[in-house]
Amino acid sequence: MGAAFHITSAPIDSETVRMAVVGPDNGAIVVFHGAVRNRTGAREVTHLEYEAFEPMALAEMSRIGEEMVGKHGLSALACTHRIGRLQIGEDAMVVAVSSPHRDAALGAVAEFIVRLKQDVPIWKKEHFEGGAVWIGTPENPQGEGNAPASPPEVEPQP
Amino acid sequence: MNIHVHYFAGAREAAGREGETLEIDAGCDVAALLARLIERHPGLARVAPSLRFAIGEAFQPVDATLADGDDVALLPPVGGG
Repeated sequence: MGAAFHITSAPIDSETVRMAVVGPDNGAIVVFHGAVRNRTGAREVTHLEYEAFEPMALAEMSRIGEEMVGKHGLSALACTHRIGRLQIGEDAMVVAVSSPHRDAALGAVAEFIVRLKQDVPIWKKEHFEGGAVWIGTPENPQGEGNAPASPPEVEPQP
Repeated sequence: MNIHVHYFAGAREAAGREGETLEIDAGCDVAALLARLIERHPGLARVAPSLRFAIGEAFQPVDATLADGDDVALLPPVGGG
């Protein structure tokens, strides 16, 4: 089983992540880039800040990755997540999956990301004009379609 | 017994610190520890309902019994990806 998990404060080199999963028996290699988007709902985002409980985040990523490899019959899964301050358009996360056939790889990438967003101790603070909020809290749920209709609870900038 | 507490993200901001070590009664569980922490840092009360907890590097329920020297992490809802 090939699983390679990293947390870094440097820009992610997606080719390194891809190389961790390549192999001669793979008919499918899927590489997913999670990038910093410029808005959440109606809110214009200036930048993001990620924080991790690193040893546990790596352990959880590895646990979920191993589970995906077994469940979907993958050859390998690798993931690198970035922390620190990220600008719009930068990669926050790159996931690479390989398998003999495409259906398994495509499904595994989607499921891995869902599980990561549930259980891997990494936090995202969204900064915008006039404030910042932690994403994933009840007031500021995750997800593209989940932006609150009412203005978020805003912490004043220090 | 001594417990090492580690705060992350919104919990760190609410407690105003990254971590601390405090002495609690032997046999306490995570819930009892949290009650003590809220007494010390009232700002934690706001984030407490959504917290999860880890002992060492594994999630644990609030009724998990603590042992001397444990590292307990207060984990707000995660938001990676």
